[in-house]
Amino acid sequence: MFDLKDLYQELIVDHNRNPRNFRKMQDADRVVEGFNPLCGDHLNLYLKLNQDQIADLSFDGSGCAISVASASLMTDALKGKKVADAESVFNVFHNMITDNKLHDAEEIEHLGKLAALLGVKDYPARVKCATLCWHTLHTALEGKEKTVTTE
Amino acid sequence: MNTNIAQTLSAGQSTFSVDTIRADFPILQQEVHGKQLVYLDNAATTQKPLSVITTLDDYYRHYNSNIHRGVHSLSEKATAAYEASRKKTKDFINAASTKEIIFVRGTTEAINLVAQSYGRSTLKPGDEIIISEMEHHSNIVPWQLLCEQTSAVLRIIPINDDGELIMEEYRKLLNEKTKIVAIVHISNALGTINPVKKIIDMAHAVNAVVLVDGAQAVAHTGVDVQALECDFYVFSGHKLFGPTGTGVLYGKQELLERMPPYQGGGDMIKMVTLKKTLFNDLPYKFEAGTPHIAGVIGLGAAIDYVTKTGLANISAWETALIQYATAESAKINGLRPIGTAKEKISILSFTLDKIHPHDIGTILDHEGIAIRTGHHCAMPVMEHFHVPATARASFAFYNTHAEVDRLLQGLKKCLEIFG
Repeated sequence: MFDLKDLYQELIVDHNRNPRNFRKMQDADRVVEGFNPLCGDHLNLYLKLNQDQIADLSFDGSGCAISVASASLMTDALKGKKVADAESVFNVFHNMITDNKLHDAEEIEHLGKLAALLGVKDYPARVKCATLCWHTLHTALEGKEKTVTTE
Repeated sequence: MNTNIAQTLSAGQSTFSVDTIRADFPILQQEVHGKQLVYLDNAATTQKPLSVITTLDDYYRHYNSNIHRGVHSLSEKATAAYEASRKKTKDFINAASTKEIIFVRGTTEAINLVAQSYGRSTLKPGDEIIISEMEHHSNIVPWQLLCEQTSAVLRIIPINDDGELIMEEYRKLLNEKTKIVAIVHISNALGTINPVKKIIDMAHAVNAVVLVDGAQAVAHTGVDVQALECDFYVFSGHKLFGPTGTGVLYGKQELLERMPPYQGGGDMIKMVTLKKTLFNDLPYKFEAGTPHIAGVIGLGAAIDYVTKTGLANISAWETALIQYATAESAKINGLRPIGTAKEKISILSFTLDKIHPHDIGTILDHEGIAIRTGHHCAMPVMEHFHVPATARASFAFYNTHAEVDRLLQGLKKCLEIFG
């Protein structure tokens, strides 16, 4: 049986209550809107690039604890990272949160604090809440569209 | 736990025992996440009594066949059962004739039928349609589509902060250009019971026709379409303890006679040549193709069940539940009820300070409690109250005071986790 504490870990609750990098960025290079029509989760992601490096990353908007904490943790984890490294973290995170495998300690350690979100795996209806900010970032890095929806 | 609350009550003619009722609903006898299921999502869909389930089983097992065409015994039996459901439906809402009862897929299809058949054939550019701010999307979008097609104009009755229609604004909207008023009887997001009789009378004074969306009403309150004098009344079977994929359009015979068919096909014709078709009489003119035969027969069984239980009993029990839930939930810190109309049914829509409804939904699910979270297909209502979503517990007559207590305990758990 799933334990609710696996989903709402202290780290998630903390990042929901005090989201990091929760601000509008006036001089952002790219702004992409992410929207989950089913839940009403809604965020704006602000990205500032310095050549191939993420110089600054922030967000604002409203959503459930999972979506807010996920965006908070993501922005914290990726600020200062090379774009290629960010894409690689995205792939690892996305695979781990959507596959059915159990992961070993080494893999989980690789995710750092982001591993706190893996509890979402047991709640299929909530996976989109956790991945919304990541899809939004992916689009921002590609520099194509302005709006992302989970549907 | 409040164990002192009586589990029975007497209203109307028969005695109502919730334990007896619950025994009729097999789905309630299960555990979810290791806890006894508490089903509080009845405004989304209701559970089915055993009599409905066995009616479906009986049809498929013993007399599955098409209706209105075969001369063989199974077809005759299926036709008789299908038409018996029409008679039960007619009696249930007190229509004048079975010709006024059209079976459709649900409330949504019934509204689209009226918009596309009645609306499209009668509206002129500049004509006006009135709906309200508290409508379900299914009573907004079909009219928006119709306005695009006919250059008619959509007017909106606003609501106040209790979630009630502002009748004075409605009065101002009515004029000689008003042709259709489409209004929800009971709001799915707020529980508000609208003064539909008054709304209908006021619309008739300017010669507008009125469609009443009764999706949330029929399972909770008696409906008499002749007393209301509404022109159209629509509802779904699945919110009335019947099968999904069934619904009813009631229309005044004189209006239905004048309206062109909505869909063409089998069963809605008298004679077809390759040049011209002679349409069938009411109600068949609007029932093209093989309908949901099993579902409609099942809907008849659901109406039997509700009638046997008694809407007076149902309403009295649910009123006691919502009064208890409203009073007890008010004691929870940070709980904000959304929808505080003076006249409302057993729907408790709310937000909890700093906790998103989806987190509430997940935590309650973990406790075995099913509620709805989200915008309830009524995004304009959410906009009015400046919330992205609400949590909604909606009660039926098989729910108990002990289940209200479980809900309240679950909400306290939400506060503990996010405290």
